[in-house]
Amino acid sequence: MENCRILLIDDELELVSTLVERLEIRGICADAVTNGHDALERMRDMPYDVIVADLKMPGLSGKEVIEITRARYPETKILLITGHGRSSHDEMEKNIPGVFEILMKPFNINQLISSIQRAVENPNPEKNE
Amino acid sequence: MDTTLHLQFFKQMFLPRRFLKSADKTEDLRRYRRLWWYSVLLTLIVAQAPLIIMAGVNYFMFQETMQSDLRYDLSRNLVGISRSLQTIIEERLAALRFTVKDKTTEELYDPAELAITSQNLKNTFGGFVDLGVISSDGIQLNYVGPYDLAGADYSDQSAFHEVVIRGTHVSDVFMGHRHFPHFVIAVKHETGNNDFYILRATVDMESLNRLIYIPDSDEVDDVFIVSRDGILQTPSRSHGELLEKATLPIPEYTPNLSVIERIRDEQLPCYLGYSFIDNTPFILMVTKTRPHMVHAWISKQSDMIVFLILSLILIFIVVLWSSTKLMMHIRQADQHRTQLLLNVEYTNKMATIGRLAAGVAHEINNPLAIINEKAGLLTDLATLSEEYPYKDKTLKALDTIVKSVERCSGVTHRLLGFTRKMQTRSEPIKLDHLLDEVVGFLEREARHRNIKIYRDYDVDIPLIESDKGQLQQVFLNILNNAFAAVENGGKINMMVEPKNGQKVFVTIRDNGVGISEENLTHIFEPFFSTKGDFGTGLGLSITYGLVQKLGGTIEIESEVGVGTAFLVTLPLKHEIVAE
Repeated sequence: MENCRILLIDDELELVSTLVERLEIRGICADAVTNGHDALERMRDMPYDVIVADLKMPGLSGKEVIEITRARYPETKILLITGHGRSSHDEMEKNIPGVFEILMKPFNINQLISSIQRAVENPNPEKNE
Repeated sequence: MDTTLHLQFFKQMFLPRRFLKSADKTEDLRRYRRLWWYSVLLTLIVAQAPLIIMAGVNYFMFQETMQSDLRYDLSRNLVGISRSLQTIIEERLAALRFTVKDKTTEELYDPAELAITSQNLKNTFGGFVDLGVISSDGIQLNYVGPYDLAGADYSDQSAFHEVVIRGTHVSDVFMGHRHFPHFVIAVKHETGNNDFYILRATVDMESLNRLIYIPDSDEVDDVFIVSRDGILQTPSRSHGELLEKATLPIPEYTPNLSVIERIRDEQLPCYLGYSFIDNTPFILMVTKTRPHMVHAWISKQSDMIVFLILSLILIFIVVLWSSTKLMMHIRQADQHRTQLLLNVEYTNKMATIGRLAAGVAHEINNPLAIINEKAGLLTDLATLSEEYPYKDKTLKALDTIVKSVERCSGVTHRLLGFTRKMQTRSEPIKLDHLLDEVVGFLEREARHRNIKIYRDYDVDIPLIESDKGQLQQVFLNILNNAFAAVENGGKINMMVEPKNGQKVFVTIRDNGVGISEENLTHIFEPFFSTKGDFGTGLGLSITYGLVQKLGGTIEIESEVGVGTAFLVTLPLKHEIVAE
């Protein structure tokens, strides 16, 4: 967990920066970007174990980022965070395959950590399919 | 059932509003009433006019036939009697002519011979009363009869001159010495040397009276003879006494018999047939009052009239019934269309509100997340730091912030869950969860008004496949009604139980004011509201539409002062038809 590479993608800089800081306090190292392009660039340098992406972003949307990530880095686990309600939760699962788990804003930091943990510990890459 | 509905609809259309139940007053039926009149009148005209025209034609044909029958009967009677009359008079004239030819002048001047001749005539022809011989200077030289008329002078009488000129004479009827009605016939006989004598006989009217006497019959009312001066020669039933002026005008001479129509005093149309008897002053007259045509027609055509009236009544009933039925169907179709329109409109409205709410909720969730994380970071920092001033107070404040964020998040997520896309879609639903979710919206009001909501859920509630958003709408509407019905401190009981393994039964019961029986029948109609200005009259109507769309049923039980129960039955699975 401490060694795994985590990337947070959300257009809300304050959210991702605070999350990074709070994860660091808990000994988890994470990077943060505020748009899809930056995220893809970071991933090109070195793939991440887990990405946590917002769905709605200006420019490259979360959905597109997830699709590209799935294609290029099938080993990467994908978590989705969204401000939408439960109803869209079900839709997203249907429309965006490969999402490991969905978190609804606002969420508890412990929820995020346990989701990341589950994703990392999940040995079966098929789960991403 | 059908007829009751028809009757109720009919009453609703036509009874003045003050006679209607209050529930029936709400709907404006003027359009249907106009259409109804239009349909009824048009159909009645089209269906009944031919019948009435046929009856009219029949009546006029009957009138024609009856008139010509009457004329025919009259003519037939007239011909018969006038021929007989003519024959009787001709016969007697011929008898006189034969006598003057057969007897010599001397024989006729001999009283004894004349008496024999007179007796012979009486015996042979009858009706002869007396017989006389008048010389060319007008003196009655010989006479046989009951009176003493020998030697009477006729030279200054017009009848004498007529017989001198024309050779024969038939007189008017008169009473004369004899005091019974009789008339005179006379023939002239030339004896040569420019001399002549006249054989004159008196004929009793009895023989003519017998002839024209007819018993009461349908064919003829009255038969009588008038002279050309209009004096009645025989008794008449209704036109005057014997030898009086007849009470009807004397027609112009015509050689043939004739039937004319005239109006009598009592305004009854009547037929008069008359025939001038040749070589006599007599006019034979026959009258017949025309019967009342309509009465005669009705009595003769009674079968047809009964058939006509029955047909008219039947057509009338069928037209009324079918028009009412038609209007009911039109109204049902209109209501259905209105309902559909309302549903569509409402669905659209809800979808719009849903999109708006979803957008707002989403926009709020992002800053909430930031607040949450910032508060979390501060909590982390305060917890980690050994010497954090006001540490406890800070942690407490931060905890309150995080809890408030959670509360806000609860609201936004409920809003997002409820106001999602409105199109029908199927998903597995736990009805108890769904009901709790809906009650969540009303919790504030329930707390405020101290309304107790009891849940009586069966332990084994199956999942149902249905549209979550629409079910939420259904139960929210029902609960809203229950909230409106109960007093502060009232009770609402929600019950969910499976039924036959194929359906789920939801009962929402309140102890509110209840609904009157007459309002119950209209409760699901659009625009029906008992809330006055506060209700749109749409809520339960839409609820009804939604439950139907989801393949379920909704029923209502209510008692005024006791409470109301909505019973919703939902299928476990329902194929939702895409709209």
